[in-house]
This record gives sequence, C-alpha cells and structure tokens, in this order.
Amino acid sequence: MCTLEKHGDVFVLTLTGSSDVDEHRFGPSAIDSILSAIAKAKAEATPGSALITTSHGKFFSNGLDLAWAQAAGSRAGARERLLYMVESFRPVVAAMMDLPMPTVAAVNGHAAAAGFTLALSHDYVIMRRDKGVLYMSEVDIGATLPDYFTALFRAKVGSATARRDVLLRAKKIKGEEALRMGLAEAAYDSEEQVAEASMRLAKQMAGRKWAGEVYAEIRKSLYPDLCGVLGLDIRAVVSNSKL
Amino acid sequence: MCTLEKHGDVFVLTLTGSSDVDEHRFGPSAIDSILSAIAKAKAEATPGSALITTSHGKFFSNGLDLAWAQAAGSRAGARERLLYMVESFRPVVAAMMDLPMPTVAAVNGHAAAAGFTLALSHDYVIMRRDKGVLYMSEVDIGATLPDYFTALFRAKVGSATARRDVLLRAKKIKGEEALRMGLVQAAYDSEEQVAEASMRLAKQMAGRKWAGEVYAEIRKSLYPDLCGVLGLDIRAVVSNSKL
Repeated sequence: MCTLEKHGDVFVLTLTGSSDVDEHRFGPSAIDSILSAIAKAKAEATPGSALITTSHGKFFSNGLDLAWAQAAGSRAGARERLLYMVESFRPVVAAMMDLPMPTVAAVNGHAAAAGFTLALSHDYVIMRRDKGVLYMSEVDIGATLPDYFTALFRAKVGSATARRDVLLRAKKIKGEEALRMGLAEAAYDSEEQVAEASMRLAKQMAGRKWAGEVYAEIRKSLYPDLCGVLGLDIRAVVSNSKL
Repeated sequence: MCTLEKHGDVFVLTLTGSSDVDEHRFGPSAIDSILSAIAKAKAEATPGSALITTSHGKFFSNGLDLAWAQAAGSRAGARERLLYMVESFRPVVAAMMDLPMPTVAAVNGHAAAAGFTLALSHDYVIMRRDKGVLYMSEVDIGATLPDYFTALFRAKVGSATARRDVLLRAKKIKGEEALRMGLVQAAYDSEEQVAEASMRLAKQMAGRKWAGEVYAEIRKSLYPDLCGVLGLDIRAVVSNSKL
C-alpha cells in the first residue's frame, strides 16, 4: 500500500506496511495503490510540481510479492500469479516515464528487484551510504527479467560493465558504489538525511517551474528504446507563451 | 553570418555578429551562411584538411533566433518560424557529419541550445574554463528538442546521467565539469588559449593526412542512430593506393 501527501509543491508517495521490518513488497493491491497515487499526482500537477517516493525502515522495497505467488498452491498457479504481478507493474514504470514533473526516489533501505526497478524509474535516486543495498536478485532467484526491467536498466545504467554487474552478477550495491556506478545522485548517512536531501533536491527541481508536459516528453526522449518497450509515444511540445 | 578563412591546411569558420556581445544566434541568413561555408570547405577539402569553428566574445552562439520567430506577430506565426529554423538547421548537423576532415569547435563563450548542438556536431570541443557555459535551455524555455538534437546528444554524450543532466536538468556546464562529463576535449583560461589549443589540435589532426572520404564514413559509423535520423548513408570506402 502507499499514501500520497503534499508538502508545498512536492508530492510525497510513501510505501507503507504493517511493521517496521515490512519489506514493502508489491502485491496486486499495493500495485493498484501505487498506480492510483501516481495518477493522482499527474492529475494535480502544475508547473513547479515534483514527486518523491520513499518508505521507512530497513526496506525501500524488496520487490514483487513472491509469497502471494507461491500461495497459489501449485507451480503453475505461482507462475501465473508472478506473471500477473509483472504485467500489473508494467504500467507503474510507464506512468513514471509519463509523469509531468521531476521525480526523486528517496531510498531509505534495501531496494531489490521490482523495488530497485521502481527506484530507477525516478529521475534521481538518493540513498543511504551507511545501510542498505540496491540488488537485482533475479539471477539468484532463478528467473529472467521482464523486458521492461531490462530496458529500464539499459536506459539508465550507462556503463556496460555496470549493467553486467547489476543484472548478471547480482551485485549488492551499497551507497558509495552506487555513486561511482552513476546509479545514485547522492548518498547519506541516515534515513533522515536521505529524506532531507531528497526534499531539497525536489524543491530545487520544483523551483525551476518547468512546464510538466515538456518535461515529461524530454524525459521520454532520453529513453526511446524503453518507451518503445512500454508502448509510450514521444511527442513534440511547445509550452512557451511567446512561441 | 559567418566567414571562412584558410590558415595553411586548416579552415576557420567564424560566426560573426554586429557587436561584441552579439549572441551569434542562428536566423535564416546565418544558417544559409554556415551551410555555404561548410559546403565550400567540403569542396576544397584535401587529405590533411581540418576545420575549426569559432566565434569571438561572450557567446559562441546562444541558439536559434527566437526574436525573429516572435517578430512574426502571432503565436502560430512564431511557431511556424521556429519550425522553419529547426528544419533549416538540420542540414547543418548533417553536413558536419559528412564533412571529409577532422573538425574542432573552439568554444570561446556561452554555447546554448542550437549553439551547443553546433559545437557538439564537431569531432572535438575545446572551451574556456574561466568563463562560459554549455547549456541546453529547451526545458527552461518550454519546448521539446528536435529529433536530431536528441539523437546527437545520445550519440555523443556517453553517460546516461550526463544526458539527463544536460537535457532534463538543463545544467549550465562550465569547463571543468564539461571535461568530467566527457563533453569536451580540453578547457583553457582565455579565448586566446582556446584558439591556440584548437589550432594546435586541428593541425595535429591535419598532419595525419587522413583520406577525407574514409574519415567521414568512419565518423558516421560511430553514430548510426544519428545518421538514421538525419537520413545519411554510411558507405564502405577504401582509399589506399595498394588495396
């Protein structure tokens, strides 16, 4: 599940769970909840909006709800549920690409698999340096990645070596290394500092008062292959009153 | 407007204006003038030719002539003129890709939007470290980028993070940062030093006595997506008298 709040011009989407050590995994209702929150932010967007996505505690998100998949009771049933979640999550990444405002992932803890994917769907990632890792666990779990996951990583992770280390080597990447690999914008020594820095960055971006539609189209034009995989169009837009 | 001179084997294309603080913006006549100059250099090319493009004063170029667009008197008229300039400038980038000699942009001052695009159309960029920025202003102005601008930046700016910072964040990039981002070859402390270093590099490249046709085809083969967008063919060429 998640909540959506507004702090001035900045929307804050918080992944929520039932306890302090909740892995904030994405099952069908959590995915619905996230999709609604993003849609709400989009509907209420104005020039000068920004979005932060965050959570609290040990985990940002540990990925899709594999326990729900396994609760199907059979291997075929589990695979069907897994595929269902993978396809439900696709529009989340698409919605993030289309969101007409700058976005910041304030990664408070571990972000693995779909959790890492959600973080990377943001324009900027800020994480902790003292705790928590970014981790694509798929090869360890024994499952290939959905096409749009791979497309996202190919779009956002510039170095071929880094992509190999993230996806094929399933490296558990701490803050300092994430900085070096260009995965994170900044890394801090506590959850509070991550939150503060994310809000500072979001407000800075919001203060540029960019026209949201133009911003979203320029964002998508940075990642045309990903947009192709997600079925997103990229349009020319002029939002200047004199032009 | 611009002039084309020859210094030994090196062509020097200078963007000119009417005053010391001329922004050297590209209106229809400037674009024509630049296209003619590049065509002339191409017609007179020999093995051992090279081209430097430069300007003087505070600006290399601040981009397309938006004032000319706005002088249309209506928003529709302004957009028509903007589109006209965007389409007229496309052959300039194509001609730079096709030019059968090494090219160096000696960036004496600010290079923004189409000005930055022109600089990046060169094989090497040398800029000042003490003054001047590289800046893609489109998101600040509220207009998406022409397809060939985006294709050029995707071709030449290697890091996904750098592309995001240049195009989506509209960073104003000074010399030292441009070096770190791999946007420029070198950065110096004055316009004179930039000019000297550019001439040194151009003469060094000219001294390799490359067969121009081969050079141009190899250049294009580095940027196949850009060539696709520009409608440029890439051919196999052998220019060796023994092969």
